[in-house]
Amino acid sequence: MSEYKGVMIYGEVMEGKLSAMATELLGCGRKMADDLEQELSAVIVGSDVSSVAQEAIAFGADKVYVVDDPLLKDYQTDSYVSVMEKVVKQVTPQIVLLGQTSIGRDLAPRLAFRLETAATMDCVALAIDPDSKRLLQTKPVYGGNAQAIFNYESDPQIATVRAKVMSPLEPDTSRKGEVITIEAGLDPSAIRTKVLEKVKEEVEGIKLEDAPVVISGGRGIGGPEGFEQLAELAKQLKGAVGSSRPACDNGWTPDTSQVGLTGKIVTPDFYLAVAISGSSQHMAGCSSSKCIAAINKDPEANIFKEARYGVVGDWKKVFPTFAEKVKELLAQ
Amino acid sequence: MNMIVCCKQVIDPEAPPASFKVDDSANKVVPPPGVPPVISPFDENAVEAALRIKDAQGGKITAITLGINLLRDVVKKPLSMGADELVLLEDEAYIEGDSWSTAYALAMAIKKVGEYDLIFCGRQAADWDTGQVGTGIAEILGLPSVTLARKIDITDGKARVERVTADGFEVVEVSLPALITVSNELGEARYPTIKGIMGAKRKEPIIWKPADIGAEPSQLGATGRRTKLLKLFQPVREGKCEIIEGESLEEAGANLALKLREAKVL
Repeated sequence: MSEYKGVMIYGEVMEGKLSAMATELLGCGRKMADDLEQELSAVIVGSDVSSVAQEAIAFGADKVYVVDDPLLKDYQTDSYVSVMEKVVKQVTPQIVLLGQTSIGRDLAPRLAFRLETAATMDCVALAIDPDSKRLLQTKPVYGGNAQAIFNYESDPQIATVRAKVMSPLEPDTSRKGEVITIEAGLDPSAIRTKVLEKVKEEVEGIKLEDAPVVISGGRGIGGPEGFEQLAELAKQLKGAVGSSRPACDNGWTPDTSQVGLTGKIVTPDFYLAVAISGSSQHMAGCSSSKCIAAINKDPEANIFKEARYGVVGDWKKVFPTFAEKVKELLAQ
Repeated sequence: MNMIVCCKQVIDPEAPPASFKVDDSANKVVPPPGVPPVISPFDENAVEAALRIKDAQGGKITAITLGINLLRDVVKKPLSMGADELVLLEDEAYIEGDSWSTAYALAMAIKKVGEYDLIFCGRQAADWDTGQVGTGIAEILGLPSVTLARKIDITDGKARVERVTADGFEVVEVSLPALITVSNELGEARYPTIKGIMGAKRKEPIIWKPADIGAEPSQLGATGRRTKLLKLFQPVREGKCEIIEGESLEEAGANLALKLREAKVL
């Protein structure tokens, strides 16, 4: 066990740049590496991604391992797990952090099983135990109703981290670091999947995750027409429309607008929950918003335990005058 | 097409949040009184995925559930929806495990089932929200896997899977046999028909003990765990909501806007 040393983060590349998630992982990994007095490394995997290495150094990495191969153009379980297995066996880090993204969710558990260690998914807090120096991993469980702290003895300790709970460092382009290239060494015949197509379904306007204002609707909205009303106000406020799972499952609004444990995590300045009961699984996606307000006809709804301001009543009566007043105030 | 679906019995995630209690001394959740357990909703989506393939081209579906105190009315739901067989890994030795020991037991049971083209799991269980068991089974059995599926088509002996991504989906083709984890975007699982329920009542589940699946006892349940649960707790919520009122609901709506302006939120 003692041969494992250092903290490693898996840095996703999006549209030729380090993803926001990767910068958050570097921020959190830097702290941990400093606590352990060890190195922080980043792994960048893909095709034509070498240019991202300097960015990772600016955000806190001491070393960047780059695996650049045309076969790695698309994320595929077989190729990426095999590459990460190779990198981890070569570098032997004590901790490996990934983002709780569609890639991290797929890659982390399979890598952990391959390396005969363990992984903890969707962590919202990570700390080094001062005595054992092992990683304490806190994750929401039971749809956000509770949290659990895990640790384990095997190395490397693998964890995925929820988006937006860790803060990136201010990038410092004068930071120095080392870039090391590792050959992918892939056998194309061992890749049993093929990515045929990638489809973007992003709704028009500002991205939900980046919006400073989110107006969300739930089961009580009752149909797609209601969401048009929410969208109009969201547009006025330069925000985005979100939804709870029942609204998506009913097809009233696209799946990509879902906020919650199985959807997007948002942290806007203002989150308005309209006709949303506030299940734990929904709150998991929005509880870090700076201010939450709620409109719901059930005074006992859980959302009022989470919101700062609320109106108890049928949204069909409350919302139009609310939207009207907001418009009026913004015009002043 | 031979299909296997792994289904977990869990505390109903739709139970009111106020009924959720943790026994701190035991690091366990206290099942809410009067609320029966359910099949984890994502596993129901997985059953639905298998049924859609069966509807389109025929096939056999075997559901597998691991645990103890498995309520027959609950674990038979896949049968009443249209699955053909139910295998229960029901034994003290299987429980209190983590993703590792659970995936091991399920993989051993799947080997014992023998013939399969597709294995389905839910994207994560609604209790521990881990999302590792499906992928783990694939790794143990040496199968390709595709996670977070929202649509599956079978053509020319391969599966075409629409996989959910942050901004949409990607279409992934995978050779069979394969393991697929299913996400809620697949759509709601069907309701059992009366005929299905009657058929399920008459159907006896097959029960496999650890020896039946050739499992190494040291790898199972609590003994086979790799992770330690140090603490389970409920986060404290402040709950200081200011209720905005008015002469009418319409006025309350306008007052909410004024309040948010005053508080400089808007």
